[in-house]
Amino acid sequence: MPQSGDKAPDFTLPFGPGETVSLSSLRGRPVVLAFYPADFSPVCSDQMALYQAVKSEFDRYDAQLFGISVDGVWCHRAFADSRNLRFPLLSDFEPKGEVSRAYGSYDAELGESLRNLFVIDASGTVFWSFASPNGVNPGADGILSALEAMSGGDAS
Amino acid sequence: MTTPFEIQTGRLTIPVGAGDHIRGSESAPVTLVEYGDYQCPYCGAAYPIVEELLRERADVVRLVFRNFPLSDIHPSAEPAAEFAESAPPDRFWDAHDWLFTHQDRLDPPHLASAAAELDPSGQMVKSMAGRVFADRIRHDFLGGVRSGVNGTPTFFVNGVRHDGGYELSELIAAVDAARPM
Repeated sequence: MPQSGDKAPDFTLPFGPGETVSLSSLRGRPVVLAFYPADFSPVCSDQMALYQAVKSEFDRYDAQLFGISVDGVWCHRAFADSRNLRFPLLSDFEPKGEVSRAYGSYDAELGESLRNLFVIDASGTVFWSFASPNGVNPGADGILSALEAMSGGDAS
Repeated sequence: MTTPFEIQTGRLTIPVGAGDHIRGSESAPVTLVEYGDYQCPYCGAAYPIVEELLRERADVVRLVFRNFPLSDIHPSAEPAAEFAESAPPDRFWDAHDWLFTHQDRLDPPHLASAAAELDPSGQMVKSMAGRVFADRIRHDFLGGVRSGVNGTPTFFVNGVRHDGGYELSELIAAVDAARPM
């Protein structure tokens, strides 16, 4: 699992039918990657609904937030619609779990991503990472503390 | 060059203070802070359990309730929070009880008629309509976010997030463990 100071592995993943994004295209702004096991499972749903509610705080740091799991883009769309999520969910679907593996965030036995968080700085370096215990939603406090520390405590 | 960055998550960042709604003995050695959403079914399920906890550990634990409305998934949560906060100060817990015992009636007409009953002066209905407590509710919410609230209900026992369940036995065990010997 990449730690503070490690270069964040680059990736290109779909977030909707025919739409993809590359991590390297987001240089210049912080990126929050929230790996989670599965669309619609109760803990993850709370976590993503929480991030939607907190998104305006992430926006103060100009941070781009992504949820990421091995679910396909259509499943992500149904999940996002059902929870009113308005930030991109990346689909680590084909080859399955490849990006999750690169981030040390894949449970090969279950075939799901782990519930791990990464805050990546504007130069593409991991600033903070956190592995949440199984079944515990990590909340947003760690992400906000990391964004705040990265910006020198000054939200613009 | 980035230096390794460590933070502690799941700690109550806003101390319990005069502005809080507190139920139970002022001098109780254990404080249970609940961040809750009045429309959340899990909070509704936790409500009678927390009440029973307060009865069984009356001298030990007091409850603080703070708002954590997830409005994107619970459209009535924010109006319900306005309802509770708009109640006359000595009726806050009556309003709180009403909300958790009427979770199927959080629509505007039912909230308005319940408010008129709780506060016949009409002030409560007026405060709700003016969303007078919107800032306070947002303040509760953001304080919860910074403390690691990760859905509702989230409990803190003497300032530490309770990551276990909220069956009565689990809450009693958490309270007893936090109780000074």
